[in-house]
Amino acid sequence: MTATVSDRRPPAVPERTPVLEIENLSVDYGYDDDPAHVLRGVSLTLHRGEVLGLAGESGCGKSTLAYAATRLLPPPGLVTGGRVMFTDRDGSRSDVLALSDAELRAARWQDVAIVFQGAMNSLNPVFRVGRQIADGIRAHRSVGRREALDRAAELLEMVGISPDRLRDYPHQLSGGMRQRVMIAMALALEPQVLLMDEPTTALDVVMQRQIVEQIAELRERLGFAVVFITHDVSLLIEMADRIAIMYAGEIVEDAPAREIYQRPRHPYSSALLHSFPPLRGARRELSGIPGAPPNMAHLPTGCPFVPRCPHAADACRAGRPTLGPTAFAEAGRSVACTLHDGAREVPQELAQR
Amino acid sequence: MRFVVRRGIFYLITAWAAVTINFVLPRLMPGDPVAALLAKSQGQIDSSAEDAIRLLFGLDQDASIWQQYVDYWGLLLHGNLGVSFMNFPTPVTEVIAQSLPWTVGLVGIATVISFTLGTLVGMGIGWRRGTWADGLLPATTFFSAVPYFWLGLIAIALFSVTLGWFPASGSYDRSMIPALTPEFAGSVIRYGTLPAFTIVLSSVSGWILGMRNMMVTVSSEDYVTVAQAKGLPERSVVVGYAARNAILPQMSSFTLALGFIVGGTLIMEMVFSYQGIGFLLYQAVGNHDYPLMQGCFLVITLAVLVANMAADVIYAVLDPRTRQEG
Repeated sequence: MTATVSDRRPPAVPERTPVLEIENLSVDYGYDDDPAHVLRGVSLTLHRGEVLGLAGESGCGKSTLAYAATRLLPPPGLVTGGRVMFTDRDGSRSDVLALSDAELRAARWQDVAIVFQGAMNSLNPVFRVGRQIADGIRAHRSVGRREALDRAAELLEMVGISPDRLRDYPHQLSGGMRQRVMIAMALALEPQVLLMDEPTTALDVVMQRQIVEQIAELRERLGFAVVFITHDVSLLIEMADRIAIMYAGEIVEDAPAREIYQRPRHPYSSALLHSFPPLRGARRELSGIPGAPPNMAHLPTGCPFVPRCPHAADACRAGRPTLGPTAFAEAGRSVACTLHDGAREVPQELAQR
Repeated sequence: MRFVVRRGIFYLITAWAAVTINFVLPRLMPGDPVAALLAKSQGQIDSSAEDAIRLLFGLDQDASIWQQYVDYWGLLLHGNLGVSFMNFPTPVTEVIAQSLPWTVGLVGIATVISFTLGTLVGMGIGWRRGTWADGLLPATTFFSAVPYFWLGLIAIALFSVTLGWFPASGSYDRSMIPALTPEFAGSVIRYGTLPAFTIVLSSVSGWILGMRNMMVTVSSEDYVTVAQAKGLPERSVVVGYAARNAILPQMSSFTLALGFIVGGTLIMEMVFSYQGIGFLLYQAVGNHDYPLMQGCFLVITLAVLVANMAADVIYAVLDPRTRQEG
């Protein structure tokens, strides 16, 4: 079953065929007259087999993006606009946000599977893990209980857990094992997209590394695309092909991982990268980002990063910058900052070539 | 296995404590059963007979409290709860046996109905919170806020006096001889419907509210979101993931409620003149009928204890986390 998938394509050479396109997605929290605009016209394209990292501070809307794109947003969240186009293996496209309930149920897990942040709470405490993997399989494939459990055993082995753990209850597993079980569960139907919402946040560093390596290895074998959501930019630089940086419900920079690490173009990306020590290369001074994330219910007009930005100018307060090419017109990169409009000279730290 | 043994020892100790308290409590009460009996007979018994009655009831011996305690245990283990003063010379066991089935049958069935109905409704409105169904909550809470005796009287006024659908009082047609016949059973059901209905009406809101709140809490758990994300049919998300976890605290309240049934619902029994154990206990207290009181208390405490044990077992069956040792 898995062997047929692994020969599909090597992931290192992206074919650049989109599998998930988020277009102008907007989400509000609150039903009253003054809702908080938590996502404001976010557009993001995930290509087949690619690992896309989504990074930003807490509350910037990373998780909301994942939930909204899969229609799992809990109330009072409300998708107010946009499309989420999913392209199937046969090239047919559909808008996830426009599917009927039955179509949505059929598509879930099959097309896009999710690994959630809380490894502790993602498993139903009263069912054995085997049953929980099997019921997802049986909801989509007409297989018997026995077959589904066999498949579940196969999946557990794939993530390095002994198949006799199938009969364990979640509380009998360690945190790392539970997260592996979640990954096994997510891969049960060989989805084309795997959304991972801070999958390693609750784990210790050693376990984090193991899980991340495992994901990378599985992706190589199975060829699914990954959206990896985290606030840990250093982790992304290692594992992601491309990184999108989010700030206050918008994507402020979208670029290949290596480039964003070496040559950030947005002041916020640069600040974020300077808030943790580099893994290799010369030592550099660590600096936090001054100020606090903005209140999403009362965003200023103009660029939301203005109060914390060292390069803020009048132009930044006038209007909201949109995602566009960088001042150096680099291919495959876009940034939302007035510094790249051409009207001003780009500061040296954001202009490294 | 160790778990079972440990719980078993715990229950044995609790049972011993309950029985002991049951022994001590009536002896701390003011008043004298013989004097009460004399007062009740309104002069028909000559006060010179007092000593004879004392002798009759076995209250003449000047046994030490310790000796009494040992004797009490001895009798208890032989199933002998003594003779009721009030219904002299009927044994207490017989008096209790006459009223207990009525209470257990009526209140038991009413509680099961109330629990089932309330849990199902609570599951529904908890899952679909924020819809019109939430309006059911204040409506049912109203009925439990109304004093029960008043609810009972209104039900009698409406359904038996005005509409004449159900009899207003009693537990079966007194012209019939109690027997296991369809006619008699029909009569019991006809007499029991109204009290059962009022019990359900006044208690269902607790079950609804409990289940609804747990459903709301559990619905926001990650594993329910995961179940949704897996594309499971809605039914299995609601039943298998949300309700299956939400019902856990509900189950323990239910088993405890079953234990308290045996205590009877005095007000219901008074309003409907139903021959239950609540009313029996009430009369026993009024008449200083120590043996009967002790008997009633014993049955009640043991019932609560058994219900607790049942709760433990059910919980262990339903929640694998509680099965873990240590």
